[in-house]
Amino acid sequence: MSNTTTIQEPATVAQPAAKTTTLSGSQAVLEAFIAEGVHTIFGYPGGAIMPIYDALYDYQEKLKHILVRHEQGGIHAAQGYARTSGDVGVVFATSGPGATNLVTGLADAQIDSTPLVCVTGQVFAHLLGTDAFQETDVINITTPVTKWNYQVTDATEIPAVMAKAFYIARTGRPGPVLIDITKNAQLQKFDYPGYTKCEHIRSYRPKPIVRKQYVEEAAKLINEAKKPFVLFGQGVILGKAEKEFKAFIEKAGLPAAWTIMGLSALPSDHPLNVGMLGMHGNYGPNVLTNECDVLIAVGMRFDDRVTGRLDKYAKQAKVIHLDIDPAEIDKNVQTTVPVWGDCKDTLPLLTSLVNKNTHTAWVQQFHDLKAKEVEAVITEELNPTTAEMTMGEVMKVLNELTGGNAVIVTDVGQHQMVACRYAEFNQTMSNVTSGGLGTMGFCLPAAIGAKFGAPDRTVVGIVGDGGIQMTIQELGTIMQSEVDVKILILNNRFLGMVRQWQQLFHDKRYSFVDIASPDYVVVAKGYGIEGQRIDSRSNLRDALQTMLSHKGAYLLEVMVGKENNVFPMVPQGCSVAEIRLK
Amino acid sequence: MSKQEFTITVYTENQIGLLNRIAIMFSRRKINIESLNTSPSEVENIHRFTIVINETEEVVRKLCRQIEKQVEVLKAYFNTNDEIVWQEMALYKVPTDIIAEKVKVERLLREFGARAVVIRKDYTVFEATGHREETERLIKALEPYQLIEFVRSARVAIIKASNGFHEKLKEFEQTEPGEDVIENEFLDKQDEVFTM
Ligand SMILES: Cc1ncc(C[n+]2csc(CCOP(=O)(O)OP(=O)(O)O)c2C)c(N)n1
Repeated sequence: MSNTTTIQEPATVAQPAAKTTTLSGSQAVLEAFIAEGVHTIFGYPGGAIMPIYDALYDYQEKLKHILVRHEQGGIHAAQGYARTSGDVGVVFATSGPGATNLVTGLADAQIDSTPLVCVTGQVFAHLLGTDAFQETDVINITTPVTKWNYQVTDATEIPAVMAKAFYIARTGRPGPVLIDITKNAQLQKFDYPGYTKCEHIRSYRPKPIVRKQYVEEAAKLINEAKKPFVLFGQGVILGKAEKEFKAFIEKAGLPAAWTIMGLSALPSDHPLNVGMLGMHGNYGPNVLTNECDVLIAVGMRFDDRVTGRLDKYAKQAKVIHLDIDPAEIDKNVQTTVPVWGDCKDTLPLLTSLVNKNTHTAWVQQFHDLKAKEVEAVITEELNPTTAEMTMGEVMKVLNELTGGNAVIVTDVGQHQMVACRYAEFNQTMSNVTSGGLGTMGFCLPAAIGAKFGAPDRTVVGIVGDGGIQMTIQELGTIMQSEVDVKILILNNRFLGMVRQWQQLFHDKRYSFVDIASPDYVVVAKGYGIEGQRIDSRSNLRDALQTMLSHKGAYLLEVMVGKENNVFPMVPQGCSVAEIRLK
Repeated sequence: MSKQEFTITVYTENQIGLLNRIAIMFSRRKINIESLNTSPSEVENIHRFTIVINETEEVVRKLCRQIEKQVEVLKAYFNTNDEIVWQEMALYKVPTDIIAEKVKVERLLREFGARAVVIRKDYTVFEATGHREETERLIKALEPYQLIEFVRSARVAIIKASNGFHEKLKEFEQTEPGEDVIENEFLDKQDEVFTM
């Protein structure tokens, strides 16, 4: 590779400005944000990014900067923002430790296809490779966890590089982009040519052309199917194709089940919504995956938490896979008909070709298995006969009080699975969770970002006593920026999900899952955040109501049963049909 | 499906860091790269990687899709050995006195298609170009005569069915390119992988 630092193929053609203005590289970054419609930046300053922060001082009217307490918090907040707003989340961090603190969030955003543009400061270009103070090789560290990354060493590159960054982050299958800018480039003054959005990169094809032939083949399979079954994922949300999706399943009468990333794309009470897929998903959709004759996957990627054992996964079925990313086709499950494309385009085409149907008897099979699950699991979870509270009953009351209108942000663990199983949604982009990476500590900062992304909506962060302690410092952000988020800690005094596995698969050898907690209410108070703890069912409804009606942030800690388990469960290494009800 | 040698040809932009981005796609999957060559291609400013691995076709196919997904990669092709013309170059250093005394150097050179690059009093460097077995046979032949140093280059390969990248690139440069540019053609032309 030649040792050049200029972009070979300029993403945009700079329009010659009538009168050239002189800007610094830092100003050019902020101008790019404004041109791209960015309103909110989550960040944390430091030596190598100081010129950008200095420029930001004069842009405060146009760009809101939220000072987080840790760069991981910053990037998770940007993820939450992206997920509830549908826009690109933007992050600032300094070089070295600032940049390395982003890595978990980048990996999370990469696997969950979240559009982000992260700008990191870097040491002066002439110091690269000298082990300068706070120098790390950020580009190489982040290569496997970014959709694209690029190091800028000359300010004149900035407009085109930023345009490319936003274009790549938000188009095709979205993902995180990191732009590392050396300090000299931030400081450098140059003739600013103006900003032109990027619309084409010759080596990048975000959107496949839809091939009619495949759509026709898919429609034929669906029309001939006796037991068609739809699985949908976040692709429906990222493609903003909720309406198109609903029209499709309604016309053909297709039962549809969701991955946790697809949750909220279809209203919970929709008659064709048959529930959650995967390890802790619903009984019916898991069992019937191995009974359907045509499996129609829409914007999902057959993660192993969804499929269980692959060699026993839907072997009887013909598979239609709608996805924007050709690399997903056949990756895990062999496809009979691949329908590449943005599902916003492919779904209406498919809808126009499928016959009207109801598949009443087949849909009834899902209801019958649901009844079994209600009897074996759900009734006791939602209306427990035990003295201790269950996570499920908290969700039930929360649903009643929010009416399915809230944004629910979860962390990782038992509470996440329970929340996804039982939370009710009547609008899209309402479920924010770390799906592919399973990042504990995601919830609190993501909830902050989610609130900025959807300022008019109620945002409830549901988090375990383990996860809250991973990023609890973000209470400081909530305090300082007066973020109105409701923090609901479901405290089982264990690292619950790990404990469940130790109970079920390691003879109850509880190895380091017994986790102590501080007095969260006191901690919250220290940050000026109101809160309370409850440990009795009789206070549950009132406490949740108080939390929801409180003006501003609120922390509610609910003490739940110590050793409750999440069921159903597909044990690791088992097929989806071997799902256990207890 | 059994493992066999595949040659992967990747057309890319000329971008710093891209070598790493491509290399980690192999290491992440614990696939050993047998040989890797980067070079210019027939098109100005377009780089060409030639990567040799031993894998099943299924693995290679999926890998190529992942490689092609990288923003700065234009195209990734994979071929079996009978679909390509390929060469590797090797250099051999041997002591001049021994070789001059004990070997019919001329015959050796003729037999292996080798040539002498440097002849000094103390050592001689031979060069041979060919397939792996050919360059390896010359090692065997020279080993008895105190082979001092040996090195072999990465494989370079030409795809027999290819018409080059010029036309393809024109399509890439358009905002609305044709179907086979925009899509990975492996899926529907499984037998005839290379379609340019
Ligand atoms: C950063 C990180 N470290 C470790 C894990 C492994 N892990 C998954 S769930 C879990 C327990 C979570 O406990 P808690 O936050 O109390 O939630 P609960 O399961 O009890 O609802 C752990 C440790 C993880 N997912 N993420």
